[in-house]
Amino acid sequence: MTQMLRLENVTTAYGAVEALKGVSVHVDPGEIVTLIGANGAGKSTLLMTIFGSPRARTGRVVFEGRDITGMPMHEIARAGIAQSPEGRRIFPRMSVRENLLMGAQSFGVDPAPGLEQAFTLFPRLKEREAQRGGTLSGGEQQMLAIARALMSKPRLLLLDEPSLGLAPLVVRQIFTAIRTLNRETGLTVLLVEQNANQALRLAHRGYVLVNGRITMGDTGAALLARPEVRDAYLGTH
Amino acid sequence: MAYALQQLINGVALGMIYGLIAVGYTMVYGIIGMINFAHGDIFMVGAFISLISFVLIAMGGWTAGPGAILLVLLVSMAVTALYGWSVERVAYRPLRGSFRLAPLISAIGMSIVLQNYVQVAQGARVKPIESLVTGSVELWHGNGFAVSISTMQAMIIVVTLLVLAIFTWLVTRTSLGRAMRACEQDRKMAGLLGIDTDRTISITFVIGAALASVAGTMYLLRYGVIDFYIGFLAGVKAFTAAVLGGIGSLPGAVLGGLLIGLIETFWSAYFSVQYKDVATFAILVITLIFMPTGLLGRAEVEKV
Repeated sequence: MTQMLRLENVTTAYGAVEALKGVSVHVDPGEIVTLIGANGAGKSTLLMTIFGSPRARTGRVVFEGRDITGMPMHEIARAGIAQSPEGRRIFPRMSVRENLLMGAQSFGVDPAPGLEQAFTLFPRLKEREAQRGGTLSGGEQQMLAIARALMSKPRLLLLDEPSLGLAPLVVRQIFTAIRTLNRETGLTVLLVEQNANQALRLAHRGYVLVNGRITMGDTGAALLARPEVRDAYLGTH
Repeated sequence: MAYALQQLINGVALGMIYGLIAVGYTMVYGIIGMINFAHGDIFMVGAFISLISFVLIAMGGWTAGPGAILLVLLVSMAVTALYGWSVERVAYRPLRGSFRLAPLISAIGMSIVLQNYVQVAQGARVKPIESLVTGSVELWHGNGFAVSISTMQAMIIVVTLLVLAIFTWLVTRTSLGRAMRACEQDRKMAGLLGIDTDRTISITFVIGAALASVAGTMYLLRYGVIDFYIGFLAGVKAFTAAVLGGIGSLPGAVLGGLLIGLIETFWSAYFSVQYKDVATFAILVITLIFMPTGLLGRAEVEKV
């Protein structure tokens, strides 16, 4: 089976500080893969390294058989990867609609079906359509960030902590949306989460990242059952 | 009263020229956070290209009329835009990701290069051009003073408004303008969404230079003389206008330009011409003391 995304022994650093120390992970087509780990483990860095910022010092990033390690960021996006990044990064002085249109405009796709999908998935966004991105609540911004990433019809979606700071009800809504997209459209997802319990339940497979190194990789259910995962990330029962 | 009205017309016509240049400063600041000190010299280059175009047209035997002016405007915009693009490509892009001061110093260097280049290529002497747009319309006659607007002033105002209208449409309604605003608000996110940010920055310089070239053409026609040094003071004034209006704000740049033009004109009319620049900059200082972000600048308040 050909892998959709593969990181081979990737090292990244900010100045002298190594954030990723030889990370190898892969995502197969149609999978939801989650990456769990504590704050500062390097989860967000891993997602940004896929987009070349920071650039991998050693190792390679391969997407659909193509080495994308040194490619400019916009070309990586145009290759079919979208990201809902850390901090959501909504354009604060653009309307919700304009934020969504931004997600489609570099890809030569008709934005109409994307808008419709976004408003079906998150009806809240429809109500806020003309409102400025900067005035949305955290949950609404998260919905917008995911919906914006979907506008380009990506084959691979990278999600960085979609549950951060959100009410449980909103988290459930977002996780349901991810599962629906995966089942109905075959969207492949790489999900970074601190909320390990829900992430592992949602994902087919998971990796545990500790201080820039992958320490475990297994199916979501298997990881959930491991005592060391339960102790470190789920709280002891 | 009539006298004041006349000054208002004079001030608006002058302010429009400053406003056109100021937009270039504020756009570049918005998108890459640097002051493009070479922008005043781009305006000067625009004025020279207009002059050369007028001369070439005259040599071709075409007597100057509205058609000729339009042609000169377009040629000048195109060629000056190429200069703007080159300046960014040569002097700023290689320094992206370097420390903050580097492109600023590079900009000052570029300003000196452009001035000296024009001085060498065109000579240091003042270049005159005969008045191409003459005539005026008397609007009102009161207390023995006639208020009039010259055809030239009317042209400056109409052309500037037209250019700014097209520009506003471009920025607020087109996908290119949306990409420019996206780069201004969060350049990395724009890249994640597939926007070629380097290209968008280039286009920003191209548009800024084209607007400055319109100002250059208007300046040439209005004052009839140019030299390689006009970019300096005009640049400083337009930069002041951008700061006064709130740097980063496009309507602010136009508003700032108008205010600087009006302050300068009214000060010259009622007080001393020698001190007009002192008055302009004093008002800038006072405004910034009480409104540090300028008149239409925004205080950065965003939900996290």
